[in-house]
Amino acid sequence: MAQDTLNHVKETTASKAGQSKVEFRHVSKAYGDEWDLEPVIENLSVDVLPGELTVIVGPSGCGKSTIVNLIAGFEKPDSGKILLDDSLVTGPARDRMVVFQESALIPWQTTYQNIVFGPKLRGDLKGNALRAEAERLLVKVGLSEFKNKYPLQLSGGMQRRAELARALINNPRIMIMDEPFRGLDAMSRGLMQEFFLRLFEENRRTNLFVTSEIDEAIFLADRIVVLSNRPAQVREVIEVNLPRPRDYKMLSSPEAYEIKREAMAILHEEAMKSFKSGAGADFAETYGKAGN
Amino acid sequence: MSQATTAAPQRTTAPTGFSMFIYRLKKSLLTPDPYLTVFGVALWLFTWWLLCEGLRVDRFDKIPGPVAVFSELFSRTPFQGISIFKSEYYEHILVSCQRILIAFGIATGVGVPLGLFMGWSKRIRDYAFPILEMLRPIPILAWVPLSILMFPGFEAPVIFLATLASLFVTTLNTMLGVDSIDEAYFRAAGCLGSSNWDIFKNVVVPGALPFIFTGLQISIGVAWFSLVAAEMVSGDLGLGYLIVDSYMNNVTVPMVIGMITLGFVGWITSVMVRMLGNWLMQWHVKALALQGR
Repeated sequence: MAQDTLNHVKETTASKAGQSKVEFRHVSKAYGDEWDLEPVIENLSVDVLPGELTVIVGPSGCGKSTIVNLIAGFEKPDSGKILLDDSLVTGPARDRMVVFQESALIPWQTTYQNIVFGPKLRGDLKGNALRAEAERLLVKVGLSEFKNKYPLQLSGGMQRRAELARALINNPRIMIMDEPFRGLDAMSRGLMQEFFLRLFEENRRTNLFVTSEIDEAIFLADRIVVLSNRPAQVREVIEVNLPRPRDYKMLSSPEAYEIKREAMAILHEEAMKSFKSGAGADFAETYGKAGN
Repeated sequence: MSQATTAAPQRTTAPTGFSMFIYRLKKSLLTPDPYLTVFGVALWLFTWWLLCEGLRVDRFDKIPGPVAVFSELFSRTPFQGISIFKSEYYEHILVSCQRILIAFGIATGVGVPLGLFMGWSKRIRDYAFPILEMLRPIPILAWVPLSILMFPGFEAPVIFLATLASLFVTTLNTMLGVDSIDEAYFRAAGCLGSSNWDIFKNVVVPGALPFIFTGLQISIGVAWFSLVAAEMVSGDLGLGYLIVDSYMNNVTVPMVIGMITLGFVGWITSVMVRMLGNWLMQWHVKALALQGR
């Protein structure tokens, strides 16, 4: 059964030639006044490979969200290039869908209205075709019964699924997830990760997933990009070769454990750096020594 | 309390129209809220009566008490000329209401779009905001001489004054309403490929609505406030005129009737604004209901 699905996945991957890639070429970004610049990203080069789920992990405040904003086109790099399939990213567009940290479902639209919002505005999917597609996605994310509820009437997990549906209906070339499951309780978080994996494994749409949780990263990723402390640079790229479809048991396998140890060592080191530069310097001093 | 409600037959469908009203009424009678309201009003009336008619406290004895006021109000032959059976009474109410309608209408019609654009476009804000902020602190009464010079007759200056006060409140609240919209919604809409106009229609306007209606409720109160002030200074009819005219003629009962009527009518208009807002913002009402409000 699992093998069947895998073969099926491979076929759809091959047939869907619209698998896009994103490249960061020596990108730098800084905030603040010109005499007091705070570099967030410096000379960063990362690739998000076609049909892969690339997970970016890094210590908190290392500039992960800035990377998302740059790819989405909400912000522009100070220098360097961001390429989507070899063409320069200039602004936000429907080919790069972002699922945000906190829910960005529009609260004055029902679940259904939120999902059809994009196509309706652009007018590229209309009438029955739009309705059918929306219904299909509602079934897929298990929200058919809630389509006439407003986002604030949904639970956190439901909101996340509605947001996935709203992104998917636009058939983007790449999905960008910015710590999408942050703020969910452990139970819904686990369920959402599994649900999201099924969704990804179904048609392997290029995906960039940003998180600060190493377990989440290992469970989902094809490749983990571990970032350094701010300004963000690539510390390590770890291939995750756990078989797909995945389930939670794989997280306790020796391979997963090995990856976790490797990533944790880097993250711990980077987190310590940020700790030392901040107010917790004394603590980091003693704790860092004891840790070594 | 909860036993009493579970004993009632379970409804499977929502009641409609009048039966919904009865259902809500029955339900609210099971809570302490309406009784507290009745008690509050009774306590207030009693204090009034005690001061003016019961104990006849010094200086309060010149003010008509509740018995005098209400017996006059419901009298077919009012001693001091104003009661619910006199057409003058309704004329005063009608004239004031008309003025409020016009003033509030203009203020909303100008203030809401102005506020929306000021909130949405930095350029429009840069143009308009400093002027607004400079004019806003000028008390309405300070505008009275200017308005009499600027406009002919009784009607126009009075309406101008009521409009002005209400306009500032509406504009400012609407602008703050746009400011309050989470950046994430603009980004989400941008991702989905919205044009600026789409974003304005689908994000800016509905997102600012809760603030707009808070503003409108304040602004209709301010409109009444400045209308009455204006009617007192320059007017021929209206509730403000009734109050000040009665005072000048030393008939105190119509003065108090005018005040009570003003309070009552003002309250009703404010409730109407609130109801319109709730009807327009189902999403907001439902979200508040989930928090038990």
